[in-house]
Amino acid sequence: MNKKFVLGIYDDEDVLLEAIENVRAAGTKIYDVFSPYPVHGIDDVLGIKRSRLPIVAFFCGLFGTSFALWMQIWMLGFDWPMIIGGKPHISLPAFIPVTFELTVLCAAFGMVITFFIVSRLKPSTKVNVFDKRSTDDKFVMAIEVKEGVTDMSALNNLLRNNGAIEVNEKEVIK
Amino acid sequence: MQHVSPIREPLVTGGKTYHDITEDVCRQVEAKPNVRWAAALAVALVGLAIFLYSVYRTLWYGIGEWGLNKTVGWAWDITNFVWWVGIGHAGTLISAILLLFRQKWRTSINRAAEAMTIFAVICAAMFPVLHMGRPWLAYWVLPLPNTFGSLWVNFNSPLLWDVFAISTYFSVSLVFWYIGLIPDFATIRDRATGPIARRAYSILSMGWTGSAKAWSRYETVSLILAGLATPLVLSVHTIVSMDFATSVIPGWHTTIFPPYFVAGAIFSGFAMVLTLMIITRKVFFLEHYITLEHVESMNKVIILTGSIVGIAYTTEFFIAWYSGVEYEQYAFINRAFGPYWWAYWSMMTCNVITPQLFWFRKIRRSLTATFIISIFVNIGMWFERFVIIVTSLHRDYLPSSWAMFSPTIIDIGIYVGTIGLFFTLFLLFCKYFPVVNMAEVKAILKSSSEVKHHHTSHAKSMHGTAPESNTNTHHSNE
Repeated sequence: MNKKFVLGIYDDEDVLLEAIENVRAAGTKIYDVFSPYPVHGIDDVLGIKRSRLPIVAFFCGLFGTSFALWMQIWMLGFDWPMIIGGKPHISLPAFIPVTFELTVLCAAFGMVITFFIVSRLKPSTKVNVFDKRSTDDKFVMAIEVKEGVTDMSALNNLLRNNGAIEVNEKEVIK
Repeated sequence: MQHVSPIREPLVTGGKTYHDITEDVCRQVEAKPNVRWAAALAVALVGLAIFLYSVYRTLWYGIGEWGLNKTVGWAWDITNFVWWVGIGHAGTLISAILLLFRQKWRTSINRAAEAMTIFAVICAAMFPVLHMGRPWLAYWVLPLPNTFGSLWVNFNSPLLWDVFAISTYFSVSLVFWYIGLIPDFATIRDRATGPIARRAYSILSMGWTGSAKAWSRYETVSLILAGLATPLVLSVHTIVSMDFATSVIPGWHTTIFPPYFVAGAIFSGFAMVLTLMIITRKVFFLEHYITLEHVESMNKVIILTGSIVGIAYTTEFFIAWYSGVEYEQYAFINRAFGPYWWAYWSMMTCNVITPQLFWFRKIRRSLTATFIISIFVNIGMWFERFVIIVTSLHRDYLPSSWAMFSPTIIDIGIYVGTIGLFFTLFLLFCKYFPVVNMAEVKAILKSSSEVKHHHTSHAKSMHGTAPESNTNTHHSNE
């Protein structure tokens, strides 16, 4: 199915933020905004909820801690107990470094893998970029066009009046 | 926005626009390799060849190819290992700790510094693996039940902690670096003209489009990774120092080692970043991005960490005397005035005296002086590790076992060879990867550059605040 989008091109982040607010206030739904760098404050105006990735990281880290402690206590304490340097079988202080490292490892990798999955990032050769300048120096606001519903000229005016330097149309084959 | 702060100098000079940044950074990726780069790569490849030959000799004939003896069982190998790991620390420090501290000057240098970390850790890892003598059995350090039954690795041993610390450090740094590269790979992908380049950078960029939601998550991920990497940096060299500190050898068995090693690591790492960046900015025409302001900031870190290291040397000496332990006292007297006096005093000169020159603003802001001093620091930090390891081992409790160490050609070959390996990797990185983090530099452009932007008055009247403070307030919400 083909989808049609109207793209408002901006060249300044402050104008863009202002425009997003005004376009949303006018009742137009913004499909997505593309920028060459993270624009601070865009989450608030676009209504993007805070990411829950920190929670993922926390639980992955917690898994790392418990796994590391369980592994060391079980291996050296129960499965094959040996006295090393006169220390008790379960010498917790000596287990701290490995526990710490595995906590960090699990938290980092768990979070990053989740990030790739939820953001649909994977090595692929087919990439659908709306406007290639959005990875260079332009900010692109994409608005989905619904046949027969969207008033194109009004949308065009809305974007232009809010500082868009260009307004383009783009069809995307899904 | 025009740069207005009277206190802070602009971080990006030359009135650059967003597009200029893309052009300047992508140029060296897209252009044909230049002669200077090819010449440098040729030299590095000679080093790599020396490395491969020395490794071949070590593996074929055994560790006997090295100058180690019964008394000095650790020498150049572990010296080089600790030295390389230390050099790696600056990259993570710049990308993680300075990110948490909201230091904007990190943005121009973090990419190259992180690459340096990765390559330095690869070089470092070579030494303990080769020291095993049979690297094909290196998997024995993992907690796997061995062939004789369920006998496990010894989790009480700092050498095993090292295995976990170094491998975690390497993989987390690699991921951190790669996450930062994704948006920049996307930029190169969208500019690529050749089919191979487009394909390669498409795969590397993981289908990044720069949508607002992805950026929001990306920033969260960067921040959490920074939070995780910060204690990781400190832990890695702390654990490395425990290899020594948990032993009973005079000169090693000290509680000062963890902080002292961490400071030394940052000290040598920043010196190496300076050495590399002073060359890189010149070769790739990045003077507007890596400015004197950056060099000065790094030099300030060098003064701080260099002074900490100097205090640590003095403290060690004092504690040796104060402890009243004659073996400890002898170890330190022997370091300074024994047969290895030249190593000790090289270390003192390079690490304690030379960096103090940076108190002078003129020297701090001179590229030539900085370059020379950064080389001195690199040398000094190598001697520090050598002094700690060899002078402590060569004369321990039993005079009948005292011995001297001298390196063989293979010892020297492996060390010089890892430098070749490092520069081979670094030069390939410089050519095919964006050396400066474009996305992050673009993000600080409005608040910290000389560029004049025609929307200045517009933005100010709309928001009622300066863009600088605007950026900061939003930053803290993430």
